[in-house]
Amino acid sequence: MTEEPRAVSAWGLLRLRKQLERGLPLAARPYQALAERTGLSEQEVINAIIQWQEQGLIKRFGLVVKHRTLGYTANAMVVWNIPDEQVRAVGNIMAGIPFITLCYQRPRRLPDWPYNLFCMIHGTNRERVLAQLDSLITEHNLQDVKHSVLFSNKAYRQRGGRYVSHD
Amino acid sequence: MRLDHTDQQLINHFQRHLPVCERPYLEMSRQLGISEKDVIERLQSLQSRDVVGRVGPVFEHSQAGASLLAAVAAPEEQIDLVAARINRTPGVNHNYAREHTYNLWFVMTAPYSELLEEHLDELEQELKLPMLRLPMVEGYHIDLGFDIDWESLP
Repeated sequence: MTEEPRAVSAWGLLRLRKQLERGLPLAARPYQALAERTGLSEQEVINAIIQWQEQGLIKRFGLVVKHRTLGYTANAMVVWNIPDEQVRAVGNIMAGIPFITLCYQRPRRLPDWPYNLFCMIHGTNRERVLAQLDSLITEHNLQDVKHSVLFSNKAYRQRGGRYVSHD
Repeated sequence: MRLDHTDQQLINHFQRHLPVCERPYLEMSRQLGISEKDVIERLQSLQSRDVVGRVGPVFEHSQAGASLLAAVAAPEEQIDLVAARINRTPGVNHNYAREHTYNLWFVMTAPYSELLEEHLDELEQELKLPMLRLPMVEGYHIDLGFDIDWESLP
């Protein structure tokens, strides 16, 4: 006879999310270690992670690289003022360009901030990033679109988002 | 930073799809042809050298809670102080200086949006600086797990 599966503790799952936001333990049985910290069983931890991946709450599960340490120091945020009715189409085009790592729409804040589309290019040197940007503008006829390039020059903090708990 | 070939392979293979089973590092070690102990030690080393921020999940922000990109225009000579003050606000997970009048850009998260706005209001009052609040309207591509171009690295 098989045992009835017990209901997974909601608090346990919340504790698990909080633990996961800080990263997986580097021990031979990391999910067992998480189970001990959250009051769940190892199997419940494994099941929860698989389920969260399927539901899309976890969109990527793996090594989170700090690009700046590796030498990706020319990190440009390029912002564009795209007519509202075209922003989705342009966003989807940019999303498919290999050197663009992020692309999303945000509201304008006039008069200070006329830009509504953001994209990010992570590069190892400024000249190469600017050349990529030039080719993007030429290939997609963006010459008349007002844009601005904001290279980052210092990272004061870079870590994963923490939604459940607070510092 | 120069990494050896095995470290590069480790990153190439496992920026996504970390095994979810009892012995994930053993599973990874088989794919790389090294020992489980070696995988764990390499991950520890990559973390201590700040090459890997963490091993684990990236949550989908729209499902996970509230988040927002904000920017302030800090006087150039006070930028380090202002950045430090921003970092003391709960939920700040990214904070970069960028070349623009709005020279500090940060991402803040919270369990729900009212709390996020409260934290931003407090920060804005204290800093007495103009602040842009830029929530995401729509994401077209958000994934920093891109293939590393090892050849182009210094």
